[in-house]
Amino acid sequence: MHKNRWLLLPVLLVVLFGLNLSLGSVRIPFREIITILMGGESSQSIWNDIVWNFRMTKALTCVLAGGALALSGLQMQTLFRNALAGPDVLGLSSGASLAVSLIFMSQAAGLRFLSTPSPWTVAIAATLGCTGVFLIMLAISKKLLDNVSLLIVGLMIGAGTSSIVSVLQYISRAEEMQTYLIWTFGSLGGLNWTELMVLAVVLFIGAIIAIRLVKPLNAWMLGDNYARSIGVNIKRSRFWIIFSASILTGGVTAFCGPIAFVGLAVPHLVKFLVQTTNHKVLIPTVMIGGAVLMLFCDILSQLPGSTQMLPINAITALIGAPVVIWVIVRHSRIRI
Amino acid sequence: MSAPEKKILLETKDLAVGYSTTQAPLFENLNLQLCEGELICFMGPNGVGKSTLIRTLAGLQKATRGAIRTDTTTDLQFPIAVVLTDKVSTPGMSVYELITFGRYPYLDWNIRLQEEDKRIIEEAIEQVHIQDILQKKLYQLSDGQLQMVMIARALAQTTPIILLDEPTAHLDLNNRVEIMRLLRNLAHKNKKAILVATHELDLALQTADYIWLTGKEKNVIPGIPEDLVLNGSFDEIFQFKGFDLKTGKMMHEAHRNKVIHLIGDGFEYLWTKNALERNGFAVTSENGITIKIERGTQPCVWVMNNQRYTSIQGLLKYLCD
Repeated sequence: MHKNRWLLLPVLLVVLFGLNLSLGSVRIPFREIITILMGGESSQSIWNDIVWNFRMTKALTCVLAGGALALSGLQMQTLFRNALAGPDVLGLSSGASLAVSLIFMSQAAGLRFLSTPSPWTVAIAATLGCTGVFLIMLAISKKLLDNVSLLIVGLMIGAGTSSIVSVLQYISRAEEMQTYLIWTFGSLGGLNWTELMVLAVVLFIGAIIAIRLVKPLNAWMLGDNYARSIGVNIKRSRFWIIFSASILTGGVTAFCGPIAFVGLAVPHLVKFLVQTTNHKVLIPTVMIGGAVLMLFCDILSQLPGSTQMLPINAITALIGAPVVIWVIVRHSRIRI
Repeated sequence: MSAPEKKILLETKDLAVGYSTTQAPLFENLNLQLCEGELICFMGPNGVGKSTLIRTLAGLQKATRGAIRTDTTTDLQFPIAVVLTDKVSTPGMSVYELITFGRYPYLDWNIRLQEEDKRIIEEAIEQVHIQDILQKKLYQLSDGQLQMVMIARALAQTTPIILLDEPTAHLDLNNRVEIMRLLRNLAHKNKKAILVATHELDLALQTADYIWLTGKEKNVIPGIPEDLVLNGSFDEIFQFKGFDLKTGKMMHEAHRNKVIHLIGDGFEYLWTKNALERNGFAVTSENGITIKIERGTQPCVWVMNNQRYTSIQGLLKYLCD
């Protein structure tokens, strides 16, 4: 029984995926949705369009983004041996935010990078921001031997970038600021099929790297010295862990905005469910867990029965914050 | 030096150990050997760099100068297993999971344990007698159990050399004795070279085949325990205060100016003498107040001035008043 608890995750994934498809501001009967998914025509042609080009892309975005963020969070928590590490903590999300805010609000500062920010330029900017911070972290990680220092550097980079962003916000016009603010709320519905493909490729590459890293990730939990003594190349695996975590975070932030807490919360919830520390089990389960949580948050954000949409970040924080508190309380009990 | 037929598993040549080439090294010009079938205790005061030397020997830290050669007849890429003082930061890991890490040097990226690996892990578990805690999580273990698990992990690595950094620190006497006996048996039976950094002087003197003693001149003095005791090396390094290593006892000042003539034998004699000396009496075998231990009865009786006492406590009470 204990061993098969992970089976809950794929079941939840299917159920929530179906639920996610059938809920929305337009009421479409579930039977019609089945027909549409089977490739048939529904009684109203607009429904086909809604299901395929809006709900399906959004549900798939949830799955991909949730999986990617959760996997990235798992790798960061193992890398830093810190239960509170996450993609946002390493400063990657902050880097992306800074780059995007520059796109939206640079005109106010007398700079003009691009006249009209398109979704693609935003995506590229976010990726560049993530990569930039990643490169800085990589350079610093070579100098710093212990992971806690690296974590603090990540927090400081986050603080520095957010202060630049506030300066930009202070001097920019209201409309520009609003566009940026909306981006920071996160959005799962804005992706078309091409963008989805890009996200899928990013997740695929990140996951493949992570799976090849199962051995160093496991050994990492013993500490650098033990890991090295059982034949793990610390420097090389650290590079690949950070690389994988960065492209996963960068890819998601590029298309969906800085989605908080998923990367932090999911690994804890999944570890609680499957009761193992073996990454060979954790990597797939955490990815499914991320997808499940994201689908769930998205359903909540649609406020079932209403036409209003809440920003996804408000929901993830609502779920993530209690998890963080729970983690801290739990760790104080079993500290060694 | 060790007998010639013993195989040298690890050898250092003019080794210098420290943190950078610019800083003064912690040890220099070390020419040491680890031989098969030997338990070596590495002793020295706190802070001289025992842990650093162990990490350097294990290849976890670069030597600032000199070389470390391991036995080239084995084709192991990692011939050294370690038990360090580093804390394992994952309290939720199970004991069995931790021990499987010992097999990691032999596994590919997919870390699938073969039958052979499982057999070796079982063997390591049996040697350390931890069968009944395998399913426990690390945070549920006592310090002694955790240490046993770390030793099992090192054993599962099946290396000819094991280096342990203070494996008996914070443990009670029972656990300390058990671990040292275990390590000694492993060295002798499995022909391993086992180096233990430890502060347990009494245990080390009784179990070690060989001692490495940190010297005054950033050197390490190797030798068998008895030689190092008799030539005064231990006294010089540890600067014992009130402890006589040659008799293995604390030195007591006979501050009471009373001389006791103790008559008796066996354990009763030894412990009575211990109690008297501990309380500041000088004990001789000639003159002074006579105390006779009569062993005919159970428990025995101490006779002094025709008074009979049934416990040392009662005897002492009378003497001290």
